[in-house]
Amino acid sequence: MAIIKTLALTKNYGKIEAVRSIDLNIEKGEIFGLLGPNGAGKTTTIGMLCTIVRPTSGSASIAGCDVIKEPARVRRKVGIVFQDPTLDTVLTGRENLELHARLYGIPAAIRGKRIMEMLELVDLQNRSNDLARTYSGGMRRRLELARGLLHRPAVLFLDEPTLGLDPQTRARIWEYIKKMAQTEGTTVVLTTHYMEEAQQVCGRVGIIDHGRIIELNSPDALKESMGGDMVVIKVKEPKLEEIRALPYVSEVRENDGLVEIIMKQSHLHLPDLLAHIRNVESVEIRIPTLNDVFIKLTGRDIREDSVEDSGSWVDTVARYRQRGS
Amino acid sequence: MGEKRIRRELMGVYAVWWREFKVFQREKSRIVSSIVQPLMWLFLFGSGVGASVSVSNINYQDYIYPGILAMMVLFGSVFFGLYIVWDRKLDVLKAILVAPVSRLSIFMGKVLGGCTDVTLQIVILFCFAFLFPSVNPWGIPQALLLLFITSIALVSMGLALGSLFESLEGFQLISSFLIFPLFFLSGALFPVDDKLPGWLTGLVKLNPLTYTVDGVRGALLHVNIFPFYVDLIVVTFFAAVMFVLGSILFSRMK
Repeated sequence: MAIIKTLALTKNYGKIEAVRSIDLNIEKGEIFGLLGPNGAGKTTTIGMLCTIVRPTSGSASIAGCDVIKEPARVRRKVGIVFQDPTLDTVLTGRENLELHARLYGIPAAIRGKRIMEMLELVDLQNRSNDLARTYSGGMRRRLELARGLLHRPAVLFLDEPTLGLDPQTRARIWEYIKKMAQTEGTTVVLTTHYMEEAQQVCGRVGIIDHGRIIELNSPDALKESMGGDMVVIKVKEPKLEEIRALPYVSEVRENDGLVEIIMKQSHLHLPDLLAHIRNVESVEIRIPTLNDVFIKLTGRDIREDSVEDSGSWVDTVARYRQRGS
Repeated sequence: MGEKRIRRELMGVYAVWWREFKVFQREKSRIVSSIVQPLMWLFLFGSGVGASVSVSNINYQDYIYPGILAMMVLFGSVFFGLYIVWDRKLDVLKAILVAPVSRLSIFMGKVLGGCTDVTLQIVILFCFAFLFPSVNPWGIPQALLLLFITSIALVSMGLALGSLFESLEGFQLISSFLIFPLFFLSGALFPVDDKLPGWLTGLVKLNPLTYTVDGVRGALLHVNIFPFYVDLIVVTFFAAVMFVLGSILFSRMK
């Protein structure tokens, strides 16, 4: 049974169409990723599902409760971790959870135990009586995750849960998220523009661009839709036609003196390919990532308008590819 | 509205109040400065002016004691309310606003939190009452009641303004064009009698804070223009209007 259902969900801000007619069905227990560049409509979509943003048209329900007609019931069923930190830094870690427990009407009898449980889950029990302002970025995020799950929501929304954290901390946060989703049996809907991370965590991803979901599938299926791995070869006088004729090659292109070949199972067929081409100066193999899928679908890099850039060769090649296509 | 719903909302009011109280306890320097400032008014300003001035045969320091109490309520309450601009900037409010508690309950929790802060400060200042020989200690409960209601009005007003402003730049404006005029036109520092120019008397009588000062002065010094019940009615009415206005603006706040 779908725990989140949306039907033609739409939000306009004046003339700007932030979210255009989104239909989603997210199953109970799923970790679902909403991927897209800044301004694609991810946060607005989550906002509507959490009843913070009022939809212009269409409908959405969470665990059978309509977000427009029964916002109070929806609010009790969802937990949210916002993109920007929203901890009360004047309170201690435990007090933050206490405040939240009261706001969500968790009875006094089970409050203490539940708070302890969540603190343990995110390994903050030893720091729980320190003011949140003394916490590191990663600890603050963990406390927010604990807060989001405190009232046992059916769905936990995470808006860019690892934004602004260093890579090591990011990896740990994802571990916590997976662990929490498992122990609590919570459905998780997250947004991120760290594609590599999304493909490790999410069971399914929806790619959103200009307010529309343009593709929705498992990360593996999406990567398969790319037609195979990409091999970039530097060679003098390439015989493109000959390469194209090979049975395992699905696409060939020349770009700035480099030959880009999309092929299936490169680990098996590469020796044969190189035997056909000869005089190869260099070879680079790229296994497709979700980022490549994104570029193929939108013609843009997901991080294009973002300040962050890993600077890795993956991005460089991605940019390069994008220019070529 | 079921009983369960009401209980949940009350728990929400309590949660917000509890948060404000925790913050109040932690900000000791703020409490100290909020006490020291009125004491400076009383002892430095009061003694200075009092050296050559007395009002209705009462020593000037004693005369302005009720006025300074009202000033404390004014500044403390309005700034407490305005502080939500800062809370919003730091996104502290965001997590609270998304909870399954109505905006009205959150607003009530905030108002009660602010009133608690201010009332505790007033109680501390009442501990110094023995330094002012003309002050009648039996009038303190009556004075406290009036100051508490005034605080409801002014915290609500601060929250109403805070809901409208997006940045802290409005603080200076509010302080110059609202708080100081309310203070100077309240009769906190001078008697409202026929020696005042007519235009000033008019403005003073329009100022709701005048009735707080008058009521408190009546309770503590037996010097008053209006009967206590008039002061009480005016201040309560002011509080009701501000509370309704504040809760509406707070509910509409983005």
